[in-house]
Amino acid sequence: MHAQLQTHNAGARLSFTGIGKTFPGVKALDGISFTAQPGQVHALMGENGAGKSTLLKILGGAYIPSSGTLQIGEQTMAFKCAADSIASGVAVIHQELHLVPEMTVAENLFLGHLPSRFGVVNRGLLRKQALACLKGLADEIDPQEKLGRLSLGQRQLVEIAKALSRGAHVIAFDEPTSSLSAREIDRLMAIITRLRDEGKVVLYVSHRMEEVFRICDAVTVFKDGRYVRTFEDMSTLTHDQLVTCMVGRDIQDIYDYRPREHGEVALKVDGLLGPGLREPVSFQVHKGEILGLFGLVGAGRTELFRLLSGLERTTAGQLELCGQTLQLRSPRDAITAGVLLCPEDRKKEGIIPLASVAENINISARGAHSTFGWLLRDGWEKGNADQQIRAMKVKTPNAAQKIMYLSGGNQQKAILGRWLSMPMKVLLLDEPTRGIDIGAKAEIYQIIHNLAASGIAVIVVSSDLMEVMGISDRILVLCEGAMRGEQRREHATESNLLQLALPRGLAN
Amino acid sequence: MTTQNNVLPTARKPLDLRALLDNWAMLLAAVSIFLLCALLIDNFLSPLNMRGLGLAISTVGIAACTMLFCLASGHFDLSVGSVIACAGVVAAIVMRDTDSVMLGIGAALLMGLIVGLINGIVIAKLRVNALITTLATMQIVRGLAYIFANGKAVGVSQDQFFIFGNGQLLGVPVPILITIVCFVFFGWLLNYTTYGRNTMAIGGNPEAALLAGVNVDRTKILIFAVHGVIGALAGVILASRMTSGQPMIGQGFELTVISACVLGGVSLSGGVGMIRHVIAGVLILAIIENAMNLKNIDTFYQYVIRGSILLLAVVIDRMKQR
Repeated sequence: MHAQLQTHNAGARLSFTGIGKTFPGVKALDGISFTAQPGQVHALMGENGAGKSTLLKILGGAYIPSSGTLQIGEQTMAFKCAADSIASGVAVIHQELHLVPEMTVAENLFLGHLPSRFGVVNRGLLRKQALACLKGLADEIDPQEKLGRLSLGQRQLVEIAKALSRGAHVIAFDEPTSSLSAREIDRLMAIITRLRDEGKVVLYVSHRMEEVFRICDAVTVFKDGRYVRTFEDMSTLTHDQLVTCMVGRDIQDIYDYRPREHGEVALKVDGLLGPGLREPVSFQVHKGEILGLFGLVGAGRTELFRLLSGLERTTAGQLELCGQTLQLRSPRDAITAGVLLCPEDRKKEGIIPLASVAENINISARGAHSTFGWLLRDGWEKGNADQQIRAMKVKTPNAAQKIMYLSGGNQQKAILGRWLSMPMKVLLLDEPTRGIDIGAKAEIYQIIHNLAASGIAVIVVSSDLMEVMGISDRILVLCEGAMRGEQRREHATESNLLQLALPRGLAN
Repeated sequence: MTTQNNVLPTARKPLDLRALLDNWAMLLAAVSIFLLCALLIDNFLSPLNMRGLGLAISTVGIAACTMLFCLASGHFDLSVGSVIACAGVVAAIVMRDTDSVMLGIGAALLMGLIVGLINGIVIAKLRVNALITTLATMQIVRGLAYIFANGKAVGVSQDQFFIFGNGQLLGVPVPILITIVCFVFFGWLLNYTTYGRNTMAIGGNPEAALLAGVNVDRTKILIFAVHGVIGALAGVILASRMTSGQPMIGQGFELTVISACVLGGVSLSGGVGMIRHVIAGVLILAIIENAMNLKNIDTFYQYVIRGSILLLAVVIDRMKQR
């Protein structure tokens, strides 16, 4: 039934015209226009944060675009929710699959419209329909099996089967191979080729050059939420051309880099291993130095920070802080030692949303400023909060304002203020400017510079190449849980960093 | 008008009626209900009835003080009703066997501490859900109360013990005084100590609290341990009022305490709560119950009315957040 409803969309092209998406303070997408033809696999490429995922979310109905139109064939689509998008024959296969591990494959395939009579599920029919769905895609999967028992590749096939069963004509893949084995990748490629030959529109988001050159018929490149260009002829396109295009234009210097004197080694990491790291990681960072850590999503940057901040236990290796061995059993140990982390996910791990700005600033340092360690001193509480708000230029009506009402940039500055209330030796910044508007970004870079100038060692994780290159004295590149290389500021170029960051063997 | 466009204007807004209402609405409601009852119900203001009302508030009020901490940290405790019964029994038995009031009370509080520690350690260290953990200890402790007491009330004959339940100071019954002290003390603890602030932070965002260096596990254990002790204190006072330790007392008491907190405005999901919420909730519940008794409303209808009030309060709270 579902399949019939969509037949009028079959064979139609997918076009984006002037699509823009604005979040408070950020322009995630700006004037995206391109067309994906039926019977083609169309790759979307760009650095992290270029806007590919946002576009897929708009296509999938998760976001409503702020401007522009989306057309399938001649028909203009205005998706208000995911159900609208599905009903129009669009399927987005996300990195994190939207399936229920505790239910069977068959139930997952027909979730939301199980074949039933008076509310009682018709198990026989369900099984038959499920088998028909999986046929030709993954014949070996038993529909009665619990989904959680399948491999990741098989789960993905279930998701594809589900999309096809709903009559999807436009299928978008978001980094589909990031957790697949080589064998599973081959199989997925074959299936994607088949979908293309059946005349479907296939969008393919991937960082992996090799795959893009292997199966895609066209590539559209994004940068900073803007459309750069579309390559229609893959046979004349080279790797270098594509990388250059992704890296693109210059941006004005908001980083305000100034060379600094570096002191002795502040933090020495020697052969560190732990969850998320595939090979031992070793490096040093000096007092007054800003060290950039670059890598693509899944490279192990955040995992490395979790180890350095005591959130995860290391399985091997040693840490030395200013010449002394550092043992971390909990975040408290790291904080006591002066190794402080500004986490990547501000909302989830950084702020306490319902508490005031003052609370959020004072929470870590107050123990040392309270009578007997537990009786708050009103004077210090007020004084410190006000001082940090002023020093960090946090824009808030007053210190008692709930922090959830502040913009992302001001929340980030408040968290920096939290750490500046403490004795600090090493500052770990995980994506310090993600989702922050350009003005606040510049202020945060300024703060980072001032901290480094005062002798603090700063390690900045970022997936924004320009940012890493703009503020760091030295850049380490991680890839798939291992250290892949190091570049001094003067030698770092976008292409050599990106080459290091792309999974080995696929880049060349 | 000066154009002082500083980053940090501490200028007070003219009159933030909404914030004022948000903060004090329930306490105002409690006062209004009190006045309404005073006007409409004969004998409501009589000294005897006021005394009864005060005593009714005392047990729930004491236990609600520390339940506030449990709720503010994003958890709750179902075992408090059983702890109250068991504490009364333990106090009565130890006094019977040793003839020492101090030892009796000490043993009861120790029992509460142990139950609280077990709750806290299982929840914080073993990361078991608070609902399940305290549901289990609720049954265990209730069972122990019956076992210790051999299934029936244990009488107390030490006169000094009755001071806690029936004594007076300047005409005010001791249980009411203890309740007021608890309100003041725990309200202060929540706002003016690292312990209180950390409790709120844990309830507001446990991961952020951990990353900010709060000792999350230790704070949680402390919350439950204190709650155990205070629950036991409420049990001792109740036993003193009844001159015996009764193992069957306090069934469903935990739900009354949680209702009172939530009714007053404490959030079940943690991070929101103030002592005035607790005071308001406890007052409203007690006044309405008292009024219904004076009006001779059937117990069965009382359940329906109490439930409806709670439902109405949380629905209003939800709608306010939209």
